[in-house]
Amino acid sequence: MTVELVAQTIVNGIHVGALYGLVAVGLSLIFGVMKILNIAHGEFLMVGGYVAFWVFDLYDTDPFLSLPLVAIAMFLLGAGSYKLLFSGLAKFHEESKMENSLLVGFGLFLVFPQITRMLWTTDERAITPAYSGGSLPILGVRLAYVPLGALLVALVVILALHLLLTKTYFGKSVRATTQNWKSAKLAGINVERTYLITFGLGVAIAGVAGVFVGLIHAINPDIGIGWTLKALIVVVLAGIGSIGGAFFAGLILGVVEAVGAIFMGPYTVALGLVIFLLIMIFRPRGLFGKA
Amino acid sequence: MVLVPLITRRDDVLTWLCLTLQYIILSHSWNIIGGYAGQRSLGHAAFFGLGALIARYLWLSGLPLFLGLLAGASTAAIFAIIIGFPTFRMRGIYFAIGTLVLAEILRIIFETTLPQASVFPTRLLATYNLVPRYYLSLLIAGLTVATVYWISHSTLGLGMISIREEQDAAEASGVDTLRHKLLAFAISSFFAGLAGGVFTYYAAALRPGQMFEPVWTFDAVVIVFVGGVGTISGPIIGAVFFVLLKQLLSIYLPGGIHILVFGVLFIIVVLFLPGGLIKLMPKLRKRISRGRHPY
Repeated sequence: MTVELVAQTIVNGIHVGALYGLVAVGLSLIFGVMKILNIAHGEFLMVGGYVAFWVFDLYDTDPFLSLPLVAIAMFLLGAGSYKLLFSGLAKFHEESKMENSLLVGFGLFLVFPQITRMLWTTDERAITPAYSGGSLPILGVRLAYVPLGALLVALVVILALHLLLTKTYFGKSVRATTQNWKSAKLAGINVERTYLITFGLGVAIAGVAGVFVGLIHAINPDIGIGWTLKALIVVVLAGIGSIGGAFFAGLILGVVEAVGAIFMGPYTVALGLVIFLLIMIFRPRGLFGKA
Repeated sequence: MVLVPLITRRDDVLTWLCLTLQYIILSHSWNIIGGYAGQRSLGHAAFFGLGALIARYLWLSGLPLFLGLLAGASTAAIFAIIIGFPTFRMRGIYFAIGTLVLAEILRIIFETTLPQASVFPTRLLATYNLVPRYYLSLLIAGLTVATVYWISHSTLGLGMISIREEQDAAEASGVDTLRHKLLAFAISSFFAGLAGGVFTYYAAALRPGQMFEPVWTFDAVVIVFVGGVGTISGPIIGAVFFVLLKQLLSIYLPGGIHILVFGVLFIIVVLFLPGGLIKLMPKLRKRISRGRHPY
């Protein structure tokens, strides 16, 4: 019985952790490549969730089928936001660029919840296909279908991102831009376009995560900041800019929180934040980061 | 300003003035650490909340209001110094995020330990009057603005500005950066705590956790930036504008639209008008005086 409880807790933790990892990967990608800390990352996640909810509610389309659609829509939203808001910051030098991008993200963080409030009201929305409550019992541990699907999708997305960054010409330009955007520009890489696509990709990943937040939990206009903070914890845990590490750190945070919930109850959310502060202060390069 | 309650006792006017003054206190207190010292703290709500809760509980348990306010503000300042040592190891955006997380931790703790709303007892509700609230807000707002004025004309302020402009250069030219930052943080938090105290004296009912919500920080940051960051008149203009817009828009439109408007305004200011609204007037004047050859 106890063994089963422990196993179930860990499985639940991995389910949640996969989502944390997915959200964090998007944030880490954007921050690592262009040094923009997008504090509105969670807002993009929320919008993604609403888009999937809309498609599900109005056209009765299965959320797993509408995933590519959400990803494309969010990619366009992200690229548009970048073009409109963040690209103008490129003229600032490194430190003030970081700070101003933080402020712009902060402005988006104020604007997005108000717009979603107008479009979808403040009601909690959840995407509930017929199979959403079902689960697969294995050795006394229940594997719920939807989180299992989320885990698989997360793995596929991260694998695809990894291949994109390491095996394609675009990936090469991203890595070059990350290392030194001035040299990359001199070598003939279209830095602006690389930034645009990278930002769009990061936002699209957040949107995909949002679909699963809508499937597993629920979405309302105010969930954004909570998820931004989760993503920040994970990114800092993993070390800034480490994409593979971000996913593992997400899994770790998920399991730690699931186990912590048994002992700490409502204080569990604070647990992750305390871990975040301690790492920021004592090991700023993160658990998997290089010195 | 002192004579206003003698001229009119209309509740709407006094409420509007009270809110404006309280936002001036809150945003100017952020202006000290965020505007002058250039440390963009996003955890201002923590100090506002601490000041608010301590002042409220001491006052409601029978202590004079003045002592409650002082105790709340001092606690906020001491807390700022304690957490200042570890958090000032972080720089720039890491400091911003670190302080945001800190305020969230406090919010979660207070939301969980004190879930019940705190309401004025009936004897206070029966005699509730806006006039003393107005005078207290005016007094503290005056004190805050005077302090910011003093800081901006002192060597302390000069040191703070030098840290904002270039921390390494400031350090190299003999400014004790940590001491300056800690002082700025403590003074800023002291006034944030006072803002909280004034608010709890004004608000008849509140939830303790609500005092720590990030919105307090965000309102302050937005007001300071839209008005003019690191200036004395900027946050005042910003606060007047903010409350006016909030009150006006909430008459005609569903609540929260003022945040949308201010959010957009905030982004525009960050991108195109560093310096805020107070920089707008001289710019316009210059453009007009240039006459037929604007460029």
